[in-house]
Amino acid sequence: MNQTSSEAIKELLYKMADDLLIIGHRNSEWTGLGPILEEDISFSSMAQDKIGQAQALYQLLNDLGEQEPDTVAFTRNANQFHNAQLVELPNGEYDFSLVRHFLYDHADQLRFEALANSSYEPLAKVARKVKGELKYHVFHANTWMVKLGSANEESHNRMQAAFNEAWNYALGMFEKSSFEDQLIAEGVFEGEETLQEKWLANITPYLIKAGIEIPASTSWNPVFGGRIGNHTANLSPLVEEMSEVFRFDPTAEW
Amino acid sequence: MYGNAYIDPNEKANLILAEEDPQKLAEFEARIDRGEKIEPKDWMPKEYRKQLIRMIEQHAHSEIIGALPEGTWITRAPGFKRKLALMAKVQDEVGHAQLLYSAAETLGKSREAMINDLITGKSKYSNVFNYPAFTWADACVIAWLIDAGAIINQVANAKGSYGPYCRALDRICTEESFHLKYGHDNVVTLATGSSIQRDMVQGALIRWWPPIMHFFGPSDKISQHTEILMKWKVKMASNDDMRQQFLDMYVPKIWDLGLSIPDPLLKKNTATNKWEYTEPDWDEFKRVINGDGPCNAERLAVRRHAEEHGRWVREALNNVGSKYIVPLA
Repeated sequence: MNQTSSEAIKELLYKMADDLLIIGHRNSEWTGLGPILEEDISFSSMAQDKIGQAQALYQLLNDLGEQEPDTVAFTRNANQFHNAQLVELPNGEYDFSLVRHFLYDHADQLRFEALANSSYEPLAKVARKVKGELKYHVFHANTWMVKLGSANEESHNRMQAAFNEAWNYALGMFEKSSFEDQLIAEGVFEGEETLQEKWLANITPYLIKAGIEIPASTSWNPVFGGRIGNHTANLSPLVEEMSEVFRFDPTAEW
Repeated sequence: MYGNAYIDPNEKANLILAEEDPQKLAEFEARIDRGEKIEPKDWMPKEYRKQLIRMIEQHAHSEIIGALPEGTWITRAPGFKRKLALMAKVQDEVGHAQLLYSAAETLGKSREAMINDLITGKSKYSNVFNYPAFTWADACVIAWLIDAGAIINQVANAKGSYGPYCRALDRICTEESFHLKYGHDNVVTLATGSSIQRDMVQGALIRWWPPIMHFFGPSDKISQHTEILMKWKVKMASNDDMRQQFLDMYVPKIWDLGLSIPDPLLKKNTATNKWEYTEPDWDEFKRVINGDGPCNAERLAVRRHAEEHGRWVREALNNVGSKYIVPLA
């Protein structure tokens, strides 16, 4: 692997790992607060998977010469994170958390499915394991999306409103990297544009079943910036909270 | 995790018992004496049902309320290993609540009714969760010592007479034994770590010692009306016996780590083979269990918030088979 490839792969790994860490953190905030115990438990399971997946990707970064996973995850400042802004938004009510989960996990499942065939074998190996876990996350999201989108007027209105709120942020997940062409050419990753097309095709049937409408494409306005460290005001407090104890003594074993 | 059922000293169990059919009661008690399990559809005295519902319900509430002080530290856990383990641990606790509400439902009270009684303050939960977890080390001490206490209580109760509760407890105890290892590993790491970490864990132990001593419930000297519950194998060990067992198992481990316990009288009397300690402040215990602890209001407010904000989801789920169609404009 040449120098440029290594930088391109690192960038890809950082954005994926940061997405997973932050959405995992948000999912874990449902602990003790879910609308029913079973959902409390589901969000906790997904949080554990996400955080574990993030750790695996930070480990790949460590293999490429970056610092230890704990150091990378628990000592950076918000502007050093490459996650899409979608994942850092507060949980809000259960409707927003579910919609975000639906939009994010569909994209993530496709991303990892594509990466299972990546020319970068260490990532392909992780992706083959992760996609098996994501199958259940997507199944969970689809079930709830369809159920709450169409159960009664209140649940429908809530889900549609949450969907409208999340939509442009969700499009922001597909912000292109400056290494995009190279990653595609070298067979590392199929690229954000292809991913977004597949994602739209995958989510649409569930949205139809749920009775949820996608805003007209003329009004689409993707919220980019997350991949280059531009974030909403929500990320900084999250990162500070996450690293609060670790930063007491970053050299200590905890 | 859970301590011991709080028994209201004003309950008049014996009066209620007088209304039961003496023959059925005798058969019921004979089954229990033979070590048989009582199952949901079996005949049981009203008082047995009532006390079991109260006890299992308190236990279930303790699991979900107990998720709150520890849950606060999930988002702050230092490093991947701890974050993942704590998430799994607290998830287990919520899962225990799910198991226990189901066990209590077999006795005829719905989960919703139980949760309503929790958020209106009608039913109790373990008193320890009315204390705050100030630091990461507090969460570690809870995971080790409160879970250790819970195991002592639950292993005893798993040998009780009500089948569904015993089976739930068997599974819960298996999971709690992992929590205990997790908690112990955390406390060892802090106690053998930097001076900041050591101070942190010593501070937490000082804060948590009185609630830990309260955990098993009032001294047998002042705890009344447990006789019939022991006879029916609803309650399997006395509060003081469990406290002794806990001290026997954990005080040496705490001292081994070089941590001090804030009780100058604490020592094992070699003649009686019993631990001696400063009598816990039972007035404080009663004050806290009746609502006046440092976190009672906060814990119930969080739970109430979760219930209120989740209501629309539960209502949508109740609409089985219906499908809402958006009206055409």
